[in-house]
Amino acid sequence: MFKKILIANRGEIAVRVIRACRELGITSVAVYSDVDRASLHVRKADEAYHIGPPAATESYLNIAQILEVAKRSDADAIHPGYGFLSENAKFAHACRDAGVKFIGPSPASMEMMGSKTRARQQMEKAEVPFVPGTSRGLESSAQAEQVAETIGYPVMLKAAAGGGGKGMRLVHAQKELKAALEAAQSEAERAFGDREVYIEKAIVNPRHIEMQVLADEHGNTVYLGERECSIQRRHQKVLEESPSPIVDTEMRRRMGKVAVRVAQAANYTNAGTVEFLVDQNKNFYFLEMNTRLQVEHPVTELITGLDLVHLQIRIAAGEKLPFRQEDIHLRGHAIECRIYAEDPDNNYFPSPGKITLLLSPSGPGIRRDSGMYEGWTVPVDYDPLLAKLIGYGTDRPQAISRLTRALHEYFVGGIKTNISLFRRILTDADFQSGKLDTGYLDRLLKSKPLQIESKDAQVAAIAAGIFAFFDPATGVAGDAISSPDSRNRIDSEIAVSGWKRAARIEGLG
Amino acid sequence: MIYDVTIDGKNYRLELERAERGWHCRLDGREIQMDAVLARRDVLSVLIEGKAYEIKRERTATDLHLWVGDVRYSAELRDPRSLRSRKTAAADGTGPRKLLAPMPGKVVRVLVGEQEAVSAGQSILVVEAMKMQNEIKSPKNGTVQKIVATEGANVNAGDVLAIVE
Repeated sequence: MFKKILIANRGEIAVRVIRACRELGITSVAVYSDVDRASLHVRKADEAYHIGPPAATESYLNIAQILEVAKRSDADAIHPGYGFLSENAKFAHACRDAGVKFIGPSPASMEMMGSKTRARQQMEKAEVPFVPGTSRGLESSAQAEQVAETIGYPVMLKAAAGGGGKGMRLVHAQKELKAALEAAQSEAERAFGDREVYIEKAIVNPRHIEMQVLADEHGNTVYLGERECSIQRRHQKVLEESPSPIVDTEMRRRMGKVAVRVAQAANYTNAGTVEFLVDQNKNFYFLEMNTRLQVEHPVTELITGLDLVHLQIRIAAGEKLPFRQEDIHLRGHAIECRIYAEDPDNNYFPSPGKITLLLSPSGPGIRRDSGMYEGWTVPVDYDPLLAKLIGYGTDRPQAISRLTRALHEYFVGGIKTNISLFRRILTDADFQSGKLDTGYLDRLLKSKPLQIESKDAQVAAIAAGIFAFFDPATGVAGDAISSPDSRNRIDSEIAVSGWKRAARIEGLG
Repeated sequence: MIYDVTIDGKNYRLELERAERGWHCRLDGREIQMDAVLARRDVLSVLIEGKAYEIKRERTATDLHLWVGDVRYSAELRDPRSLRSRKTAAADGTGPRKLLAPMPGKVVRVLVGEQEAVSAGQSILVVEAMKMQNEIKSPKNGTVQKIVATEGANVNAGDVLAIVE
């Protein structure tokens, strides 16, 4: 077993891995950028080293610097978390060259899965079901038109090196195809430095369901059940659950077997996730494989009773899987809410800043994986995921009611969060009956919001006075309600309106 | 103490006195049975005629909000005897307005020049935070008196970016 593991990440996932290390008696090493000195992962680790300025390219993506810290701290393995370097085959190679074990698959498996077209060619050999389309990049718009004609409109154009919705275009008819292809190619070029684009039949109102797999370095591969991830905004998952409301035992077995075939075809080791699109007739199609631990891994942990990070570490240390497929039983239901620093009243734009008050839920069936604390300032430089709140119950309705209760207890003051969004989702009739697809959340947000009952305005009025009574310095008098350090009280105002749409750069699974 | 309280635009007159046991509380002249404990900074436990409420207070550079359960109320509080608050209320909406950075970030673009005429809602500059671009708009019709921020500069929440007169 390893003696010391360096965690090449930050935020809640770094804390998650540090906790696993402590549980296994392994020394943990954190790394941090200039703006993360006070972050929770640095506080919780056994050792911590500075790696550079705030920009991720100069810190959390800086391979040489991270390996330098690994050498200096004498770490024998590196856990990459998710995002950042987790799916970077060059990094996995560099770890191998430096004699440090990369906790994840081999560089070769990562390279194969990193290119969507290469993965597709390999998977076709393994008889994995695909959405009809090309497995090679398109050479011309004439070729695109020909393929689209064969598979039928609507079609989807996708970047081979893609992710996070970049270089993707939905095309309804032939007349739109040429312009869409050119736009997708130039967007792919800009985002990934690779203009290769391929074409697929567009599945109308698909679900996004993924299968967790685990493979040791001795040829054993198992699947650990699916996760329903259809609730997304701008191709970012927001809420995930396991099991999926539409997957029964038979479908799970079929999807699981395909996922295992995918992993085996790539000589895959460690934890990985095989993503599927599922159409309205429950046909499922291979989408891609994520060669890392997923953000939403806790829902699988809760219903399988397994600790995926422990298992990742044990597998990387050369241990055999301690169970077989038939030993894995799913029990109960788990749902995860991704708590983001985002403003629901302002089109869910990021809301960094200082957390002035934090009241955290607990109690039966509640797990909270968090990277924040009261008094901490959320930096502007990284993805706004603050924490994950996961509810577990004997069945789906109980998981929903526990999570709803816990959200009621959760309060994050000083910054805006998307907590209110989850109240809305969990009380929505379509969500409760499991009627989901990847367009669900956009439809919900376009529909009229819940009527908020402001019956307690008088209570608020009384409370406002009591706060001022207890704390006159910060409570009273017109403009003086603002914080004492505000220099610009009179005739000033924050013009917060008009966030402009822009996509996030870091794509988290 | 007497407070003029505005909750989501509606005004209340609140009279609050510490009593020997509990409080004397009158809201718009109506006597209310109430007890309150400050559980910690910004968290209040209030009992009103048998009902229990946990109330959270949130203060930003410009706003005061109170959360009763899951519902957020915007609040304003004035001591009617305070001269300053009356003066401030009268001055509202006129004179030069400062545009403040709503969050820490980087000024990526300045869209107008000094002395340029602008209309309410017109974008003045763009601040990037967490990979998102935020247009800072003019709060009023007027003239750009001063652009304080420069392109490429890092700013903190509450920093003055520009002044519109």
